[in-house]
Amino acid sequence: MPTLLIRGGRIVDPSQGIDRTDDLLVRDGLVVAIGQTAIGKVDETIHAAGLIVTPGLIDMHVHLREPGREEDETIETGTQAALAGGFTSVACIPNTEPPIDTQAAVEFIHQKAMRADTCNVFVVGCVSRNREGKELAEIGQLVEAGAVAFSDDGAPVYDAELMRRAFEYCRMFDKPIFAHEEVLELSRGGVMHEGLVSLVLGLTGMPAAAEEVMIGRDIALAEVTDGRLHVMHVSTAGGVALIRAAKVRGARVTAEACPHHFTLTDEGLRGFDSNYKMSPPLRTAVDVEAIIAGLVDGTIDCIATDHAPHAPEKKMLEFDRAPFGILGLETAVGLAVTRLVATGRIGWPRLVEAMSCLPAQILGVNRGTLRPGAVADITLIDPNLSWQVDVKSFRSKSINSPFDSWMLKGRAVATIVAGRVKYRLV
Amino acid sequence: MSLHDTPFDQEAVPRAWPHRHLLDLERLTPEEIRLLLDTASRFKEATDGCRKKIAVLSGSTIVNLFFENSTRTRTSFALAARRLGADVIDFSASGSSLSKGESFIDTAKNLEAMGINAVVVRHGTPGTPHLLAQRLGVGVINAGDGPHEHPTQGLLDIFSIRERLGDLAGVTVGLVGDIAHSRTARSNLWGLIKLGAKVILCGPPTLVSQRWRELGVEVSHDLDAIVPRCDVLNLLRIQFERQNTRPFPSVREYAHLYAMNRDRLKRAKKELLILAPGPINRGVEVTADVADCPQSLILDQVTNGLAVRMGVLWLICGPRESDHCTKSETGHRAGRLV
Repeated sequence: MPTLLIRGGRIVDPSQGIDRTDDLLVRDGLVVAIGQTAIGKVDETIHAAGLIVTPGLIDMHVHLREPGREEDETIETGTQAALAGGFTSVACIPNTEPPIDTQAAVEFIHQKAMRADTCNVFVVGCVSRNREGKELAEIGQLVEAGAVAFSDDGAPVYDAELMRRAFEYCRMFDKPIFAHEEVLELSRGGVMHEGLVSLVLGLTGMPAAAEEVMIGRDIALAEVTDGRLHVMHVSTAGGVALIRAAKVRGARVTAEACPHHFTLTDEGLRGFDSNYKMSPPLRTAVDVEAIIAGLVDGTIDCIATDHAPHAPEKKMLEFDRAPFGILGLETAVGLAVTRLVATGRIGWPRLVEAMSCLPAQILGVNRGTLRPGAVADITLIDPNLSWQVDVKSFRSKSINSPFDSWMLKGRAVATIVAGRVKYRLV
Repeated sequence: MSLHDTPFDQEAVPRAWPHRHLLDLERLTPEEIRLLLDTASRFKEATDGCRKKIAVLSGSTIVNLFFENSTRTRTSFALAARRLGADVIDFSASGSSLSKGESFIDTAKNLEAMGINAVVVRHGTPGTPHLLAQRLGVGVINAGDGPHEHPTQGLLDIFSIRERLGDLAGVTVGLVGDIAHSRTARSNLWGLIKLGAKVILCGPPTLVSQRWRELGVEVSHDLDAIVPRCDVLNLLRIQFERQNTRPFPSVREYAHLYAMNRDRLKRAKKELLILAPGPINRGVEVTADVADCPQSLILDQVTNGLAVRMGVLWLICGPRESDHCTKSETGHRAGRLV
């Protein structure tokens, strides 16, 4: 019976309303108790004074690329990157090649994840067969295989009627649809946010309206079906406003925002560095502020990274030929602490809620809590550690991050999955 | 005129020009733009109106690296380089390993390894010259990157205006047409603003964004309203090839609203200068009679293009005083010794 004692850390667990310095005892992969831990023999002790102890972080939007694009990332390397970033669980998005639209494909991911023996991998299945947007994938079969949500991310579910049917159908499994919101006609040919910067650079813009029109459509469809909509990577002020209004009306809508969307603006594109190219694109300072305000007031429930690795040779192409995407797993905690907590915009409980409790709730997985009896997925974060991002030290297979050489504050120093220490910062 | 009598012989590139590349006009200072124009002016004079050779870059090799079609810019750069005594290699995407899947950076690095001095690059994607400049150790001159910039075109337009009007401060220049897709418009815009000219962008709202006002320029959708106020009109081509969708219902309607024709010319200032970067679509942005009228600088622009490109090539590839060359610059600069 291996026993792990985490001593003297600041335990922040919003699922129980806990924020206090105490000891945490883990036995046989489960949380035993917070406090009253003096009894019995302890196999391993982690001294956590000065550290934040949280329920394991969950990134609900990760592209692991396997199967099909192993040159960018594999389940092994992606989950290693997750551990190094403090994540004990990831939800992987099914736009692989082939896409995850069958039980066998879900099984494959689970097998690979088991073999990697790193963090938990929850599988998001396709909404439509082969991600073609024509007919529903066998959602019931996918649920049986363990899929936790459905998404055609990378692209929107374009046919409004199919989307409506997907909302209706998913209701019987109580699964959310993760929506990539984009009206393709409006963003066609676009490589960055449409604004003054795109105008000056002569790069084709993707207007904020391309995202907002689709968010509006999907909210309407979720409301008419009482379906569960999860808006992925919200990037615009208008999008935040639409979601806020929908929540006020009681719609079953949740949302996530990515660290790059609350950190960077389209000004970053001025150097033509394709590491700043992602979809949805980096917007304006007004949008960044709206995203942060949305995270502060809970309109945006979660922080997710949209970790999207691309091999260096692909990102080195001309700007319009380089693929969309940015790494996220290994910089998320640093960016969130630096941009949101250190600036006083949110406290630690809200951050833990956004990166652990609510993702667990939305995914419907029994994680995101340190209640006695819960699986002991735990992240230890040094809130004051200043560190410099170095893409060469990333565990991810790719290096497409614009944050290389940035100084950040706050970093995961230990990642514990089911009671086992899977990552320690040395 | 023998080589040694030429004014640029034994002369080093001025310290006031610290750049190894010419990528855009947006990031240059007004003084640097004036220096470019003055240098072009001196070359025009020294070559007897761009007709004679002045071999100040003999021993240098310039590569025309064109990923997009061009006749006039490519020819102009090649001729300018030859007037300066440099060797010129033409490299076009269609006849290269690009069609075999090689990346543009690898292609350029291969050329670099052959010991060249500068690359004149044209590419359909904004920023490609900037990426090359970061990765190559040789000078990079932007000869047009998608709709972003075409600095030598902007300079030669401004050079042509300056030749007629002197100082540009207070001069009103209308840029008319497909501003959205025009690199010429952007380079003109920056150069003109920096030299104190008043810029009016004119065209339909689908091609001329309101957002340009944020840069302090005037935006108009009514050519008739602005013609009487302009000292210069630069008529930009409709770039059908860059448009995803049609920004106006028909060419006929566009010409009706925005073509510079005899009637509109009558309502302009008598001394109005007309520029068109070419190739011109007669009957679309300009009617034939206006294109050939006495106020038209269209052919001056072509000659001045040579002067500007000679000036630019010399500033990029010319000899430098060693003390203002950084290590990385000297390491790759194979320019001749003074």
